[in-house]
Amino acid sequence: MSLPDPVAEGVASGWRVLDGAAQTQDLQLTCDVLIIGTGAGGGMTAEVLAQAGLDVLMVEEGALRTSRDFRLLEAKAYPELYQESASRKTADKAINILQGRTVGGSTTVNWTSAFRTPPDTLNWWGERYGLKGLNPPAMAPWFDMAEARLGIADWQTDPNPNNSVLERGCQALGLKHGRIRRNVRGCWNLGYCGMGCATNAKQSMLVTTIPGALQHKAGLLSRARVERLLPAADGKSLLGAEGRLLAADGHSLNGRQFSIKARHVVLAAGAIGSPAILLRSELGGGQVGKRTFLHPVVISGAVMPQRIEPYNGAPQTVYSDHFMHTQPLDGPLGYKLEVPPVHPLLMGVTLSGFGQETTSLMQQLPHLNVMLALLRDGFHPDSQGGQVRLRKDGSPELDYPLNDVLWDGVRRSWLTMAELQFAAGARQVLVLHEQASLQSSWQATREQIMQLPLKPLLARVVSAHVMGGVAMSSQPEQGVVDEYGRHWQLRNLSVIDGSVFPTSIGANPQLSIYAFALRAAHQLRDALKA
Amino acid sequence: MITRRQLIKTGMAGSVVLLAAGFLAAPQPDLPTASQDHHVFLQAGDEQIIRSLAPVMLGMAGLPLPDIVRGVDVAIRNLLPAVQQELRQLFDLLGNRWGRRWLAGVHGPWVQATPDDLAAFLRRWQQSPLLLLRSGYQALHALINAAWFGNPASWAALGYQQPQQVMGLLP
Repeated sequence: MSLPDPVAEGVASGWRVLDGAAQTQDLQLTCDVLIIGTGAGGGMTAEVLAQAGLDVLMVEEGALRTSRDFRLLEAKAYPELYQESASRKTADKAINILQGRTVGGSTTVNWTSAFRTPPDTLNWWGERYGLKGLNPPAMAPWFDMAEARLGIADWQTDPNPNNSVLERGCQALGLKHGRIRRNVRGCWNLGYCGMGCATNAKQSMLVTTIPGALQHKAGLLSRARVERLLPAADGKSLLGAEGRLLAADGHSLNGRQFSIKARHVVLAAGAIGSPAILLRSELGGGQVGKRTFLHPVVISGAVMPQRIEPYNGAPQTVYSDHFMHTQPLDGPLGYKLEVPPVHPLLMGVTLSGFGQETTSLMQQLPHLNVMLALLRDGFHPDSQGGQVRLRKDGSPELDYPLNDVLWDGVRRSWLTMAELQFAAGARQVLVLHEQASLQSSWQATREQIMQLPLKPLLARVVSAHVMGGVAMSSQPEQGVVDEYGRHWQLRNLSVIDGSVFPTSIGANPQLSIYAFALRAAHQLRDALKA
Repeated sequence: MITRRQLIKTGMAGSVVLLAAGFLAAPQPDLPTASQDHHVFLQAGDEQIIRSLAPVMLGMAGLPLPDIVRGVDVAIRNLLPAVQQELRQLFDLLGNRWGRRWLAGVHGPWVQATPDDLAAFLRRWQQSPLLLLRSGYQALHALINAAWFGNPASWAALGYQQPQQVMGLLP
């Protein structure tokens, strides 16, 4: 007996699915709505519009991988499912970015953490950017709808030992903490969400809205990279988009091109991809690609006396927002505490140091706890995020300078995590920095942290949340799109993905993108059906 | 690709390094060691650099070096062309006898370098004041670690295994 693969069954039953790599001719297609990207924004939008009877075509740069391809194997999953084999980096290489590149986008590989957009973030957007329509009461029904669609609910199972360390530490220090809601149905509690869900329990776009759209006659073209949008002669609208089909390796070109005519175009290629497509189309304008945010993440590891097996069990079930609310939103950077799943390849690549000491720490993997602090960027006046730009070959690169306001948050969050880990009974703690070493007491760790030079590529900084770069605004000159993602200048272009956020979210962003997308997609549906 | 901002950041010393690298790259390679394997990205000289560095980077002897070299090659193959180009520059620099001598500080050919020489090189680049050299170290670190820990042969020593209750149900 082997596990079912309903998506593969759907494809076999005749869904309208085209693999770019298999094409021997150039493609010329037409549709009502072209959706570029199949992640949280594109997936949600596709289902809403297809259910309304519109002719929807989804185009995805990554391949269509389904649960039969998900083997709980990092060396297979990262090249197949992630941008740049899970090693996408900012321009100076200082931040490693985890981002999906497959049908379902990052939702196929994320760790299932579901948080509503924090009310203080929504209120800030209203006050600062005039986005009054996105206030918490107005957004509540959209969160409800997304949660119902994706089975988002309290996770009743006990946290795994890795998450329990964070909970025990918070209890010991009297810090506010809580349990994370997850988008799963019938989860096996394996802990391999980042390699694609082999049991189809994770309610990613791959198993929910994309099948929903395909059942309503939508089409899907995978391994197809949109090069540019095609402006109409009047300069006020688009004719569609064109691009190149990729070969079976998912990277090289197969020599064939595609061109798609559409009544309406939805850009949903994520906060690096969407700005890149606009820039390649010379539709940049002043704001495109600017103020791109990452929730920069720093890491602390601990050797625990008991077995942790951080590679087993639901990856993220406990969090603490204590340090998000201890100072003003635009003051020193707040941070959210979580723990990640820990598997050998990503751990080996991420751990600082080299040689015997590092290896002996790796060999204590079953006893390791790893903690993360996600820094809330984009609110402090000195936290302006980064800028997406194009390399000579047209591929996008995010330049994200690390500055003092960020380093201050890095040091404070290391101190917090180390203190928490010792409070939870850690034997030794190591913050991930090339000059840090394992310490056996909170006192010694604190002294070490205060001494560490804060420089790129000494401190380990990572990110799994790319946001912003095509910001919503209440006035055309202040952003790129309105609060429904409608482009201010081009009448038949919407941007519906994580790139529209004017700051970082301050929580794992998937549910924010789902709710925003549902709201935008319903508005678009009504406009197109009128 | 080195951007203007990186040039400014790395400052004068960095520019000298880069000029030297551009000036020195290609001529005067170390003699390659004969290899049984054919790789897509890695050339014979690159392969020797990985073989020499891996045991020091990973702090262990008895590694299956051909597998690690193959793993590095596969990892690089799945990167963007622009990133592959940067890695090409890195390996050309390290494989060039002047680059090896003056930038890596490794006096003899890679195949003859002692573990102490290799560790000193890694430490120097890991802690370098030049961002560019730190990023060179990080690239080597990531590639070698990915190649080894992505290989199931490394797991037993970590006490790691995949969840047995599901592995038997996979297609």
